[in-house]
Amino acid sequence: MRNITAAASAAATAPSPDAAVEVRGICKMYAEMEALRSIDLDFPAGKLTTLLGPSGCGKTTLLKIIAGLIPATSGEVRVNGKPVTGPGPERAFVFQDFALMPWATVMRNVAFGLELKGVGKDERQAVAQKYIAEVGLSGFENKYPHELSGGMRQRVGLARAFAVNADVLLLDEPFSAVDEQNRRKFQEDLLRLVELEKKTFIFVTHSIEEAVYCSDRIVILSRRPGRVAQIIEPEIDRTASPDAIRRDRGYLDTVEEIWQGLKRYVD
Amino acid sequence: MTMFGYRVPMMASLLAWCIVWEIVGQMGVSFLVPPLSDVLVAAFSLVQTGSWQAAALTTLNSFLVGMALAIVVGVVLGVAMGRSSLADNLLGIWVNIFVSAPLSALVPVLMILFGMGETTVVVTVFLFAVWIIVLDTRAGIQAVPRSLEEMGRSYGAGGLRLYSKIILLAALPEILAGIRLGMVRGVKGVVIGQLLVSIIGYGELFELYSRNFDMENFWALTIILFAAAMGLSALIENIEKRVEYYAGVR
Repeated sequence: MRNITAAASAAATAPSPDAAVEVRGICKMYAEMEALRSIDLDFPAGKLTTLLGPSGCGKTTLLKIIAGLIPATSGEVRVNGKPVTGPGPERAFVFQDFALMPWATVMRNVAFGLELKGVGKDERQAVAQKYIAEVGLSGFENKYPHELSGGMRQRVGLARAFAVNADVLLLDEPFSAVDEQNRRKFQEDLLRLVELEKKTFIFVTHSIEEAVYCSDRIVILSRRPGRVAQIIEPEIDRTASPDAIRRDRGYLDTVEEIWQGLKRYVD
Repeated sequence: MTMFGYRVPMMASLLAWCIVWEIVGQMGVSFLVPPLSDVLVAAFSLVQTGSWQAAALTTLNSFLVGMALAIVVGVVLGVAMGRSSLADNLLGIWVNIFVSAPLSALVPVLMILFGMGETTVVVTVFLFAVWIIVLDTRAGIQAVPRSLEEMGRSYGAGGLRLYSKIILLAALPEILAGIRLGMVRGVKGVVIGQLLVSIIGYGELFELYSRNFDMENFWALTIILFAAAMGLSALIENIEKRVEYYAGVR
């Protein structure tokens, strides 16, 4: 495990060439409430970075600012060097409550991003088909969301995000509405997809185990107003089997260390 | 439904009342209640007369024009109120007053404004139907989950496409419920409007038959109208059922 709190502030001034997403001096005020205070972060390309913190620390707010869904009060977000002014095709979002269209089949939901881009029906269905298979939902193409379990619905949400072929995937607590057993399976599948798709992932979670298990890099935010408290890069052998990782010394130590750091925020 | 251990078919109660009506009619208790069989015979010959067909056409026309206006205006106002708190504050009080106001009282005023013709009836249908459509649409729009809207935006739906592909579809169950309730009110509107104007369409026939105590034709007219209103409502309910499944899972 490598702790790079000091390095983080240095990176703020010098633009790093391999950063897919750069966050510079982001502040967010909601009326009188300060949600985020001068956040400076780089998200390296091709890596999975987790935003972790106590509830109400503004991690989802930061993710939605990066997505362009809500405006920051001050500061700037750059994706591939271009400043963010709103949602864009190089970013795809996975929602906590899945946000599937209940009137549309799995196929149409997965292909929805392409439909909005004006891709022809045959082409977008072919792409959607590929990702439906990749998330393990083959045979469910013509089902409706209400016919699927929570875990399966989120697989649809994930396939939809992959289908638009964005460089950056933003995942807002994607497994929090999924039951424990499905979540573990889902985390393992996600790691496989991270390996396969070579995209930049930004992942919000409140689960320490989930963060350590999935992440190349963990950004810990402090309680309101949210600030970067610590950046941790767990050094875990990802080539090992999922069960071996969960019993790995480094994994367990990292979980413990993060818990010790976060404990003081829990009342 | 089961009664005394036997399964009773759905329409049984209706049938029982029809038999009671027939018996009372045959007994000649009152000239107001002719036997049901006579009424049905009258209905059968009534629908073949030119005067009924012309009246039905006029009525249907006023109803459809008034409803079309009510649906368009109702949905637009409802969406505006559901989306903008300014529109909600400006219009909310008026919509709530009109939705429960006895609008029949306004029809004489409408007659002065719009004349003794179809325009008054169209406006009456519109005024009867529009408010509940506004309120139900507003409720539907407010029930659209924020994340569904964010999903649309983040995948590239802006402006009109956000409405046509996400917001209106997500609010469809409530909008259709509003339209169904609006239709029921619209039927009342068309009849009350025509009765008060009393020289066109169904209202004219109602006036004619009741003034001459031609009860067979009067009841025939009433039964046809009830059946038409129930048929319309059932039609919308049928469409509603097809989208209902997703109201709970949005």
